[in-house]
Amino acid sequence: MSNEAVLHAHSGAHDGHEDHSHEHHHQSFISTYVFSQDHKMIAKQFLITGMVWAVLGGFMSVLFRMQLGYPDANFPWLETILGKWAKGGHITPEAYYALVTTHGTVLVFFVLTAGLSGTFANFLIPLQIGARDMASPFMNMLSYWFFFAASIVMLSSIFVETGPFSGGWTAYPPLSALGDASPGSKSGMDLWIVSMALFVVSSLLGGLNYIATILNMRTKGMSMTRLPLTIWALFFTAVLGVLSFPVLFSGFILLIFDRNFGTSFYLSDIFINGVGAMPNEGGSAILYQHLFWFLGHPEVYIILLPAMGMVSEILSINSRKPIFGYMAMIGSLFAIAILAFLVWAHHMFVTGLNPLLGSVFVLLTLLIAVPSAIKVFNWLTTLWKGNIRFTPGMLFAIGFVSLFISGGLTGIWLGNSALDIHLHDTYFVVAHFHIVMGVASMFGMFAGIYHWFPKMYGKYLNNTLAYIHFWVTMAGAYMIFWPMHYQGLAGMPRRYYDFSIWESFKQFQGLNQFITIVALIVFAVQILFLFNFFYSIFKGKKVTTQNPWEANTLEWTAPINPGHGNWPGEIPEVYRWAYDYGKDGVDFIPQTTPVGADESVEH
Amino acid sequence: MTTTVPAKESKSIHPHKFVMWVAIGAMVMMFAGLTSAYIVKKNQSTWLQFDLPIEFYYSTAVIVLSSITMFLSTRAIKQGKLSQYKTLIAVTAILGVTFLLMQYLGFKDLQSKNIAMVGARSNSAASFLFVITFLHMLHVLGGVIALIVSWVRAKGKTLTENSSLPVEILGTYWHFVDVLWIYLFLFYNWIG
Repeated sequence: MSNEAVLHAHSGAHDGHEDHSHEHHHQSFISTYVFSQDHKMIAKQFLITGMVWAVLGGFMSVLFRMQLGYPDANFPWLETILGKWAKGGHITPEAYYALVTTHGTVLVFFVLTAGLSGTFANFLIPLQIGARDMASPFMNMLSYWFFFAASIVMLSSIFVETGPFSGGWTAYPPLSALGDASPGSKSGMDLWIVSMALFVVSSLLGGLNYIATILNMRTKGMSMTRLPLTIWALFFTAVLGVLSFPVLFSGFILLIFDRNFGTSFYLSDIFINGVGAMPNEGGSAILYQHLFWFLGHPEVYIILLPAMGMVSEILSINSRKPIFGYMAMIGSLFAIAILAFLVWAHHMFVTGLNPLLGSVFVLLTLLIAVPSAIKVFNWLTTLWKGNIRFTPGMLFAIGFVSLFISGGLTGIWLGNSALDIHLHDTYFVVAHFHIVMGVASMFGMFAGIYHWFPKMYGKYLNNTLAYIHFWVTMAGAYMIFWPMHYQGLAGMPRRYYDFSIWESFKQFQGLNQFITIVALIVFAVQILFLFNFFYSIFKGKKVTTQNPWEANTLEWTAPINPGHGNWPGEIPEVYRWAYDYGKDGVDFIPQTTPVGADESVEH
Repeated sequence: MTTTVPAKESKSIHPHKFVMWVAIGAMVMMFAGLTSAYIVKKNQSTWLQFDLPIEFYYSTAVIVLSSITMFLSTRAIKQGKLSQYKTLIAVTAILGVTFLLMQYLGFKDLQSKNIAMVGARSNSAASFLFVITFLHMLHVLGGVIALIVSWVRAKGKTLTENSSLPVEILGTYWHFVDVLWIYLFLFYNWIG
């Protein structure tokens, strides 16, 4: 009933068992492709906007890797595209910092938050729980358009005269709070904060909807413990976002007052060269760090959990085995979601944090290893003796597990406050979070795209290009980030513009060049993926069966190109969990199949 | 799983209502972030001690009263008493505006006592009071606008089964901003 009520909120009478085929929804181009309220279209909008940002953000990393790999060389083409930011073909320090900052902001928020959970929460939640659409399709549409507005503002900040914000993606004051502090702190920062405020609104609108939809709009028979793990992961992701983004927002509000209204929440005793002493007194930049990292750490899991959920689902389908430890998977997601809120100060070990307090945060941080290890164990045991189908989606899912292990182990190092004194702000940190959060989640996203592309567009992606994409990205990711561990252990700090002038870091010149070359190759392969993606939307092999992967979940019971409302006729009813693969010798039993009289009891 | 156990019907709450509750959770987190920042900063030696303006006491009474009228208007529409509902919702909106006015006068009062809330001379104590109260005022303003919209929409409306739903959601929100203010008021006076 509530399903029908939502789709027809403004159309007066609704009858609970109405037929919802698409001739119902005669819609113009604008309401189908632009201001669409169909969750599937909104998902595609998130995905493609996310892709645009991934290309831009990725390209920025290529640019600053050029500087790191070849600090003495001049590339005239850089001046062609960057103008005064690369006078004589050499990136200026200001431009370098702006690129690093924007790369971080864009990849963390626009690509891996909006692009990842925005896409798959929108696409999968209604389809996998058996709902016609989200709890509030209108809010869902707003969520995308706030994100779009945030994108436009962020994009425009790249073109202002003083450049985009350049104080790091964390936007610590005073660089973010005082316009005179650096060129990037001027209008670039204003645009940055407006963009981020819009982004927070977008995330909240989205998150509210995801939670309400999952809890209220499941089809008949779809109890919480029959939900696919994708939905559980997206649920916890949304909870994390809804509870932590507002805190970031409060931090931003205080920042706006410090920037524009002369308050002193974060500022005290500051002298700016060429400007003089600032009147601000009594503030503390550490306060901002607390508010920032109270979001910042859950944000890591906001990025990672959707990937974990999709990987669980894809591993199970392509191993033709039930997921190992379904309840343990939910429990560990829950544990991660709780711990996510209790570890933020491990980003602040060297701020002068009370060592006793620090040790509490060390303990809580290291505790995350427990649910993480449970998940890894369950993924590996799901693969164990499976009848594995190495589809591109499956390869990326296995790649995710590999990266999550490699990156997770270095997290145990960094979680120690004593080791952190040496490792803080070095390339070790860069390597750690890029592998465990950045690349791993990108792999989760790729796995999701390869797996659900047939459902999204009714076409297949080209497999050969997909395999090239996978192997080059997999090898490349390790070749880029593995050496950074050594650099970080040697003390090489992150965010530095030129290491060739440092006696202690000169030795890494060759390694830096190597990383840059691999980064270029990996970036090029992502373009190959984009070609595959867009070419296949139009010219890909048509999907002819409803259930190409022989999967159990509900989205594969919908028509190949579902209309708004997802199922013509009634929504299917669910009789079992999502992981009956290989049960009683039957390869797979969809959730819509009633339990037979002679079926064995255990999952 | 031996038999097909139908999932228990979790349809007792309308999804839109549920969305409001989750949104309230989000708003609580924002104000929790701000008030905990307030507590952290309060321990600094430069913290300025001053009394809340008297207007804030009046405004507290006003917003509590508005919660009562909101409750009554929700009850009226559920009972189908449309004209009573319209009156009560208008009264609630007026009380909301009065509350905003009171808060504004409170700020004026502080200013006249030479306590700067923004600008170079400001102290974090006053700045916090201003920022948190101002944010709460924005939330009340949003509620007032929603009240006015509901009042306009109630004109010439015939009652159907579901027409109390938006009002109920708005009522939940309105009671929330009321409780939020009471929390802030107690916080400023005794906790903070």
